[in-house]
Amino acid sequence: MDFSFVVVQALSGLASASSLFVIASGLTLVFGVTRIVNFAHGSFYMLGAYIAVTVVPWLLEIDRSPWLFFVGVLVSAVAVGILGVVMEVLLLRRIYKVPELFQLLATFGVVLMVQDAVLKIWGPVDITGPRAPGLRHGVEILGQRFPAYELFLIFVGPAVLGLLWLLMHRTRFGILIRAATRDREMVGALGVNQALLFTGTLFLGAFLAGLGGALQIPRVSASAQMDLSIITEVFVVTVIGGMGSVTGAFLAAVLIGQLQAFGVLVFPKITLVLVFLLMAAVLVVKPWGLLGKPEAAAGRAALPEGILNPARFAAVEKGLLALSVTALLALPFFGSAYTMKVATEVLVFALAAFSLNFLVGNGGIVSFGHAAYFGLGAYAAGLLVVKAGVPMEPALVAAPVVAGLFAALFGFFVVRLSGIYLAMLTLAFAQIAYAVCFQWVEFTGGDNGVVGVWPSAWAASRHVYFYVVAVLVVAAILALRHVVYAPFGATLRAARDSEQRADAIGVDVRVHRWLGFTLAGAAAGLAGGLYAFSKGSIDPTMLGIPMSVDFLAMILLGGIQTVMGAVVGAAAFHAIKDVFMPLTDFWRFFLGASIIALVLIFPRGLGGAYAALRRQPGVVRA
Amino acid sequence: MAEAVLEVEALHAGYGPAKVLFGVSLSLRRGEVAALMGRNGAGKSTTLKAIMGLLPPRGGRVRFAGQDITGLPPFRIARLGLGYVPEERRIFTDLTVYENLEVGRRAPAAGRAAWTPERLFTVFPNLAEMRGRRASAMSGGEQQMLTIARTLMGNPEAVLLDEPSEGLAPVIVEQMADAVLRMKEEGIAVLLSEQNLDFAAAVADRAYVIERGEIRFQGAMAALEADEQVREAYLTV
Repeated sequence: MDFSFVVVQALSGLASASSLFVIASGLTLVFGVTRIVNFAHGSFYMLGAYIAVTVVPWLLEIDRSPWLFFVGVLVSAVAVGILGVVMEVLLLRRIYKVPELFQLLATFGVVLMVQDAVLKIWGPVDITGPRAPGLRHGVEILGQRFPAYELFLIFVGPAVLGLLWLLMHRTRFGILIRAATRDREMVGALGVNQALLFTGTLFLGAFLAGLGGALQIPRVSASAQMDLSIITEVFVVTVIGGMGSVTGAFLAAVLIGQLQAFGVLVFPKITLVLVFLLMAAVLVVKPWGLLGKPEAAAGRAALPEGILNPARFAAVEKGLLALSVTALLALPFFGSAYTMKVATEVLVFALAAFSLNFLVGNGGIVSFGHAAYFGLGAYAAGLLVVKAGVPMEPALVAAPVVAGLFAALFGFFVVRLSGIYLAMLTLAFAQIAYAVCFQWVEFTGGDNGVVGVWPSAWAASRHVYFYVVAVLVVAAILALRHVVYAPFGATLRAARDSEQRADAIGVDVRVHRWLGFTLAGAAAGLAGGLYAFSKGSIDPTMLGIPMSVDFLAMILLGGIQTVMGAVVGAAAFHAIKDVFMPLTDFWRFFLGASIIALVLIFPRGLGGAYAALRRQPGVVRA
Repeated sequence: MAEAVLEVEALHAGYGPAKVLFGVSLSLRRGEVAALMGRNGAGKSTTLKAIMGLLPPRGGRVRFAGQDITGLPPFRIARLGLGYVPEERRIFTDLTVYENLEVGRRAPAAGRAAWTPERLFTVFPNLAEMRGRRASAMSGGEQQMLTIARTLMGNPEAVLLDEPSEGLAPVIVEQMADAVLRMKEEGIAVLLSEQNLDFAAAVADRAYVIERGEIRFQGAMAALEADEQVREAYLTV
């Protein structure tokens, strides 16, 4: 590796860092003021690119001048900023006080809606943007050619950092934003209209995301997948830098840019993994990121809620339960093969959702990457069967064991954090698992996954396999439910409600959470293993963000305050998805809209509504 | 006798299922200093928060400058000219002294002289020397002065002052008393919550005593000082 090569590599790392920073600065600003981690920030980035590939060529038709190119980029960014304002006024304004889990879900609902909107407007084919006039040539650096546009990008990052610094320190708007990042209620008590301040912040945040997207068009073509791929990188940048810190985001972007530029030379397959490992390492040493402040994560108005009163079954409910178990067992006698497949999946998701609510509702551990353990269970079972020729029975034992081991490994780091940082770290670990399954093609089959994961001969019929799943799922749910009522479950709830107080009475909070995390991961792994045999294949979508969000939507629908709600939620969610998906090409749009509607009008879920009825008919506690 | 600038009638408020205020009524006259006295947990801070709209009132009325402000968002109430100084200071610690003042700045009502940083520095001379300093690098007493100065930048007609003397060194408590008296000189009405009888006696004209969310005594400050029974029952610890 000669010197000039290293320099060029470092420069291209700086160019990527610049783009990453422009986008991440918007996310971190919005988080600082609104305390909302906006999943839709990636969608703003994507919209910036799509609007730019539409507007810029149209402007260049008029005159092929460099100025018009940048006018087009700015116009696109402003348009995206306006969309940010729309999102603030229509959605965010209504969810500032709800628990962060709901906020994440609602903004993910926007992600889904924007994806379908983009497909509808621009179609499924990637669109290549024009190159910037005047910056199309290469520049000679130490005998190597380096694209002029990349060189230009290197200067954009520091320029944006400087302009943001001026805005934050030299204008009243900026000073108010910084004050609100500290204490927004106090800012209101001093006469500042927070609504306007928040709307302004969203404009700025979305503008920066849009600018980042629009500046990308000469480098990458606009595609409908850019939102989720950028959002995880941007999450990592803001978490490493410290949420709410613009300067921290800059440092983190430079770090990651360099890590990627040189990591690709050493480990071409696992650059994504390197990035997430960096994040895990930083968070272990500095739990609030490089320049973050602990207060930014703590001191929220709304704490995550959870299971309040783990009521045992009443007599009527026991009857209902007996009835549904009977119905379950009788189903194969009249169900078609398709009905059995759907029923099997409902059971599998019921276990996955139940194990997630064991974490979220019972432990207050808001995991945003629970699909990782589901998927790892599926991969463990699937690879054992297909690659090692192991039969189904031992593979189904291996699924929870492997998932549990990974949950123990990841959980070791996760339980050191809390709140939004914890959620981000679970997401990061899930993305590592996803990246490995996606990039390690020889072993995992990459994007296509592995087919031929079929049950043993005796369980090959859908009807028999249904019984296998039913028995295992019901047993696992009952076992987990038992843990909820056991002293261990009560201790987790105590730690959820007050970590300090639990600590003060001698509970080792970390160890309890760690065990809880491992247990939930193992249960999700069993669900994943069962799912693999039901589908007959494994693929990376089983550990993707959308799958994690599906699980969260299930427990939200069921109500995180109740013990059994997750089961009802899984059934209802799967049924809704099954009805919607075949009906329309826009199922993502409707799914997103439903998630948002759920958060806005039904935040306690079906189970919560039922529990409220049971407690006091007609009175729902505020 | 001057007319009331702030009138609170039968105010109810609480947190979640816990009720804290049970029909608190009080008034603050133009340009006077009134003290709301009571022990920890009696409902002093809750009363001020409910007046300011930081805690939604569950019953009763609050009128300020002739206008019904019950249930208005805090920023509207602040814009009408009611300032609020919180108990926990709540300084913007990342901002400099000057920037903290900037956050509080609002145009004054027509015909009144505006508070400027320079004018505030005559009241709080300590702050002048550290205008460019980050608030996180200030002592507790300096931060307390800064919260008051920050609220005054909004040119309020009346100020709610929550436990101004709490946790301060005796010499700072004296400066605080001077600051309250200076506000009174400037024609600003002050409603302060307080546990410290000496401090209240030094600055207040009238007093209310609150216990378990109800007003148990109201009258001239001197009358409270003379009434040993009330003091024994509601104030001494």
